[in-house]
Amino acid sequence: MGNITLKNVSKSFGSTSIIPGLDLVIENGEFVVFVGPSGCGKSTLLRLIAGLEDTSGGTINIDGRDVTGEAPAKRKLAMVFQSYALYPHMTVAKNIGFPLKMAGEDKATIDKKVGDAARVLNLTNYLERRPGQLSGGQRQRVAIGRAIVRQPTAFLFDEPLSNLDAALRGTMRLEISELHHQLKTTMIYVTHDQVEAMTMADKIVVLNAGNIEQVGSPMELYKTPKNLFVAGFIGSPKMNLIEGAPAAKYNAKTIGIRPEHMEISTTAGEWKATVGVAEHLGSDTFLHVQADGVGPLTVRADGELAVHHGDTIYLTPDKAKMHRFGPDGKALAS
Amino acid sequence: MARSVTTQHKTIATIAAWIVALLIFFPILYTIITSFKSEQEAIQGFNLIPSGTFESYIEVQAQSGYFKFFLNSVLLSVGSTILALLVAIPAAWSMAFAPTKRTKDILMWMLSTKMMPAVAVLFPIYLIFRNLGLLDSRIGLMIMLMLINLPIVVWMLYTYFREIPGEILEAARMDGASLWNEIIYVLTPMAVPGIASTMLLNIILAWNEAFWTIRLTTTEAAPLTAFISSFSSPQGLFWAKLSAASTLAIAPILIMGWFSQKQLVRGLTFGAVK
Repeated sequence: MGNITLKNVSKSFGSTSIIPGLDLVIENGEFVVFVGPSGCGKSTLLRLIAGLEDTSGGTINIDGRDVTGEAPAKRKLAMVFQSYALYPHMTVAKNIGFPLKMAGEDKATIDKKVGDAARVLNLTNYLERRPGQLSGGQRQRVAIGRAIVRQPTAFLFDEPLSNLDAALRGTMRLEISELHHQLKTTMIYVTHDQVEAMTMADKIVVLNAGNIEQVGSPMELYKTPKNLFVAGFIGSPKMNLIEGAPAAKYNAKTIGIRPEHMEISTTAGEWKATVGVAEHLGSDTFLHVQADGVGPLTVRADGELAVHHGDTIYLTPDKAKMHRFGPDGKALAS
Repeated sequence: MARSVTTQHKTIATIAAWIVALLIFFPILYTIITSFKSEQEAIQGFNLIPSGTFESYIEVQAQSGYFKFFLNSVLLSVGSTILALLVAIPAAWSMAFAPTKRTKDILMWMLSTKMMPAVAVLFPIYLIFRNLGLLDSRIGLMIMLMLINLPIVVWMLYTYFREIPGEILEAARMDGASLWNEIIYVLTPMAVPGIASTMLLNIILAWNEAFWTIRLTTTEAAPLTAFISSFSSPQGLFWAKLSAASTLAIAPILIMGWFSQKQLVRGLTFGAVK
């Protein structure tokens, strides 16, 4: 089991409040991603759940048991750190076996479980090496191995892929998702990368200044962001947010339209625009345009689209997929 | 563009380094040479080739009993180092891993005490030692040596511990390690080189300390520094004997330093380069 419930959890460092007070329910087996900009309190929240930081208020329950004041070791959680945090003086086998040794398992059991974990993570040939002799991806696998051997109630990942290069990050993302399907254990994953959040999560928790802005499945957040912050944070490239006369036309303070939800024409459309930079990615083309009376916009077009710097194009937003926000920044009912 | 280093440059640099090293080491070398001269040779002027007599050594030992001083030096330097580590390890741990906003100030204040001229507190310390009956006692001097070297020991260990990523200790906590297991299996193996080089340096500093060891001792607790100074005042003109005494005093620490130079250099430069 791995239900985690936070009730009015708060955290302050001195007079600085990092998390003012927050409620959250994480169901057993869910893959939950905490996402938000730097300094939004996502790592602090993870560390509060882990027990590496003390809460300033509120309670944390794991499987119905209040663990608020308990030491990290007693919470039966495993954590994978951004820096891997491997023990540099121990071999890979000793690193993976360390939690089992601490749990008082006998040597034969440790050897067997370490061997099993190494097979799952393709580390069998590296068991006698030290962390210093491994590549970044291998080190991250050792860190994951160390987490899975003790069969924890939940896994906590603190930006585990941010030290890896782009290609390896893609591979490791798949491996972690695959691992979640195999183990079916609750996983909480912290990242500032909304692509990781969208691709891996069952449920995304968007945080801003210690507050939860919205909780939902990736597609819920994409389709129905509750406010401007979520609208601007989820989706890549970012949603275009337009104020002034074009928004007033739709009875809103701000309207939001995603780059992929605009029709492009070279002859006629709602907004006339001049192409600035055209980024040709092959599969897609991202146009950065200046629309008359609207302002700068990003538009996603077909990869084959042949437009260049200085061309005039016409854009028509898909009204069904347009988002409207009131003066308080909250989404208006459509 | 990378800077190219030619063989010629290297040779020049090596020769220059040898000249500087020789200049620094020369006074010690000349002391050793002089110790193997007779008193007459010693006052005759500059001469690098001694007659090779051991008479000064024999007389020095017969006159004053080198081994008692040597034993005191060992006890004081090792004892004060152990005391210093007992205090400094927990202090450095807490400052490195649980710092507060005043930690930096405390560290700077500790270091600032090293800028203070020792003679400024000579009288208060002397009176305290006299009133507590600690004059000429090994335990009193051990405490004194511990106190004067403590800022350096804390600073060195603090710098060293700071290099150990906090996340590794947190990982151990998450892996179910108790505080004790965390210390035994994770902290100590990672900190041993740092503790060892700090220990070595502190032993050398304590061994060489000559201000307090001479002023707070007479006979019982007197270490080798007092042994040398006992030759310099009444018998100052006996250069060969003074050189023999000095050589005897510095030889143990010189040998120890030679064998542990790698650790010492690492300890002194740790944290300076990332």
